Amino acid sequence: MSLKSWGRYPIVNNIVYPFESEEQLVPVIDSQGEIIPYGNGRSYGDSALSESIIHMKMHDYFINFDEKKGILHVQSGVLLAEILNSFVPRGWFLKVTPGTKLITVGGAIASDVHGKNHHIEGCFSECVEEFEIMLTDGQIVTCSKKLIPELFKATCGGMGLTGIILNAKLILKKINSQYINQTTIKTQNLKETFAAFEEYRGSPYSVAWIDCLAKGDSLGRCLLMTGDFRDDGQLDYTPAEKFSIPFDFPGFALNNWSVRAFNRLYYGKVKQRISRQKVDIDTFFYPLDAIGHWNRIYGRKGFTQYQFIIPKEMSYEGLQAVLKTIAASGKGSFLAILKLYGPANENYLSFPMEGYSLALDFKIESGLFELLDKLDEIVLQYKGRIYLSKDVRVSKAVFEQGYPQIETFRKFRKEHKMDIKFQSLQSKRVEI
Amino acid sequence: MSYVLIIGARSDIAKATAREYAKHGYDLYLAARNADELKEFANDIIVRSQRKVKTVELDILNYKSHSLFYEQLEEKPLGVICAVGYLGDQEKSQTDFNEAQLIINSNYTGVVSLFNIIADDFEKRKSGFMVAISSVAGDRGRKSNYTYGSAKAALTAYLSGLRNRLYSSQVHVMTVNPGFVATSMTKDMELPEKLTAQPEEVAIDIYRAQQKNKNILYTKWIWYWIMLIIRNIPEWKFKGMSI
Ligand SMILES: Cc1cc2nc3c(=O)[nH]c(=O)nc-3n(C[C@H](O)[C@H](O)[C@H](O)COP(=O)(O)OP(=O)(O)OC[C@H]3O[C@@H](n4cnc5c(N)ncnc54)[C@H](O)[C@@H]3O)c2cc1C
Ligand SMILES: NC(=O)c1ccc[n+]([C@@H]2O[C@H](COP(=O)([O-])OP(=O)(O)OC[C@H]3O[C@@H](n4cnc5c(N)ncnc54)[C@H](OP(=O)(O)O)[C@@H]3O)[C@@H](O)[C@H]2O)c1
Repeated sequence: MSLKSWGRYPIVNNIVYPFESEEQLVPVIDSQGEIIPYGNGRSYGDSALSESIIHMKMHDYFINFDEKKGILHVQSGVLLAEILNSFVPRGWFLKVTPGTKLITVGGAIASDVHGKNHHIEGCFSECVEEFEIMLTDGQIVTCSKKLIPELFKATCGGMGLTGIILNAKLILKKINSQYINQTTIKTQNLKETFAAFEEYRGSPYSVAWIDCLAKGDSLGRCLLMTGDFRDDGQLDYTPAEKFSIPFDFPGFALNNWSVRAFNRLYYGKVKQRISRQKVDIDTFFYPLDAIGHWNRIYGRKGFTQYQFIIPKEMSYEGLQAVLKTIAASGKGSFLAILKLYGPANENYLSFPMEGYSLALDFKIESGLFELLDKLDEIVLQYKGRIYLSKDVRVSKAVFEQGYPQIETFRKFRKEHKMDIKFQSLQSKRVEI
Repeated sequence: MSYVLIIGARSDIAKATAREYAKHGYDLYLAARNADELKEFANDIIVRSQRKVKTVELDILNYKSHSLFYEQLEEKPLGVICAVGYLGDQEKSQTDFNEAQLIINSNYTGVVSLFNIIADDFEKRKSGFMVAISSVAGDRGRKSNYTYGSAKAALTAYLSGLRNRLYSSQVHVMTVNPGFVATSMTKDMELPEKLTAQPEEVAIDIYRAQQKNKNILYTKWIWYWIMLIIRNIPEWKFKGMSI
């Protein structure tokens, strides 16, 4: 069995070692030249791919829940979805969650993922009380921000390159409803979009869907969705049944016209400038999870996501330049997600910083990587950076310019001989 | 009565099924040989779903222990699900009768011994459900695994008879025929992705089918059709085939 990432590109042969036990892991790590942990393969590119892979998803026991402190101890292969299934009905939610619940706790830490509340709560590492990790020599250490700060800062956002995270204690957040009061703001252009983000800064959750193919006066028009949990005591959470895409769509299904039509429909459906809805957790946080295998709509060749962030002072010009370049290229992006982030944390490779981030999906086709190279230049020009968890092609030169702590990370890895053991296709490309 | 008794609880399918039943509010007895090794798993279910979970030692081949095993369950279960099975080595079983016997007894004789005892109790009290995992391999003998297949065929016939017997006592019996499932039993085989179920999918299928009192469950469902075709290949043709 060969494992793929969410973008289903690249397809590479790999030997998969399913996690069996901590004792069994030591000889596996020992016997391999280079290896990388793999969670649930929801990273888009080659972060979790390599010739040898340790599949962590079966390491999925819940260990303990401290009701008083709201701290949940789980093994690293547990899916966020499983945590919700058990704990939403009991009035608890994740402090930080990305736009899919189908990721493992290990993957969440390794990418130091963020969600719609980054501007308030920060990254996933903020809710990690401590974790246990197996290092190059098979030693298991307990790590927290206080206990071993360097290891903590290298591992959160470290893309599996410091060792195998085995289990973690997560701080959960109390909720009193599984429903969210959502406000949708429709804007006409980028200026209005930025103004709306500022206006709704105080709202705990916010994210915008941008119409990427809009040009001229409409460039940057969006639907900004903000919200907060209700307080109605309704906690009867049963995850929705999902519909699944049964096979690969043919390559032509997702051409420029179908994306345009989709964007029009989506944007056009919302009539008023401001509207309010009551929505449930799955609709608000995980709209894409409702369709299983949705990556198949991009056809057999696969797709990728381009996600970058630009510091706030330069965001407006930077985004304008990026959007113009994409609109001119005519390459369709089904989904373009825009968000205003809060300040950066201290982790060496965490992606977020104070500024605007845009994430765009593109199917793999000729001319795409040339376009993305052009976008890289714009991003660098405006002092921005690229998110490794979504990436499959960025060059070393482009990548490292965006991350001021990259040398600290490299040095740390060398010092602890992590670089001789833990490597992914991505880490080799960008030489971290 | 709130307990479901799971036999062979260290099996991957059984574990997924245990979680599924706990999720729907049932308490659990997890019975297996080396039941001690199920402690962490039992704790997992307790933390996840706040149900009661007890582990119990049981070797399906130790027939004599079966009545005491059942007697000692403080609260009798409202249903039982058996996932015990042993694929064994076909070639070895052709020349080494010990292997053949182990396959037959693990898949068939042992289940009969235990189910007879439970069936008596359920029949008397006129309630309960009994589920056992057989296999599509029991639908037709093939050269690659017919020792295992024949034991499963016997199990399937036993379950069909038991269902017939217990019908009038409102005890429901369900036969589960999985096709390929990605578990420790098959971890060294190359399985076709589209025809292979994950244990979690099988567990959901079992739970739903059992709740609806289904008699025979094929999982994935496509295996119903595959086996329909395979059963209908004439023997003169089948005997020359390699499938
Ligand atoms: C629809 C969708 C929406 C998304 N939305 C967001 C979002 O809003 N915000 C965001 O930040 N991300 C988002 N992502 C990306 C996703 O959250 C991350 O890629 C996440 O890391 C995937 O976790 P995984 O368990 O699938 O890990 P994988 O994809 O398998 O691996 C990801 C990385 O984690 C490492 N890793 C996995 N397990 C371990 C372990 N046990 N120990 C050490 N390292 C490990 C791997 O080596 C790899 O580098 C989204 C992805 C999808 C498909
Ligand atoms: N996987 C498939 O493709 C597939 C297909 C069709 C049918 N099935 C059937 O599905 C059921 C579950 O199998 P699985 O796939 O989950 O594989 P599995 O993990 O190997 O499960 C088989 C279980 O049977 C237990 N067992 C064997 N002999 C025993 C004994 N003497 N006493 C007590 N327990 C015993 C094993 O216990 P230990 O853990 O102690 O060894 C093991 O837990 C089996 O009946 C199998 O035949 C599987």
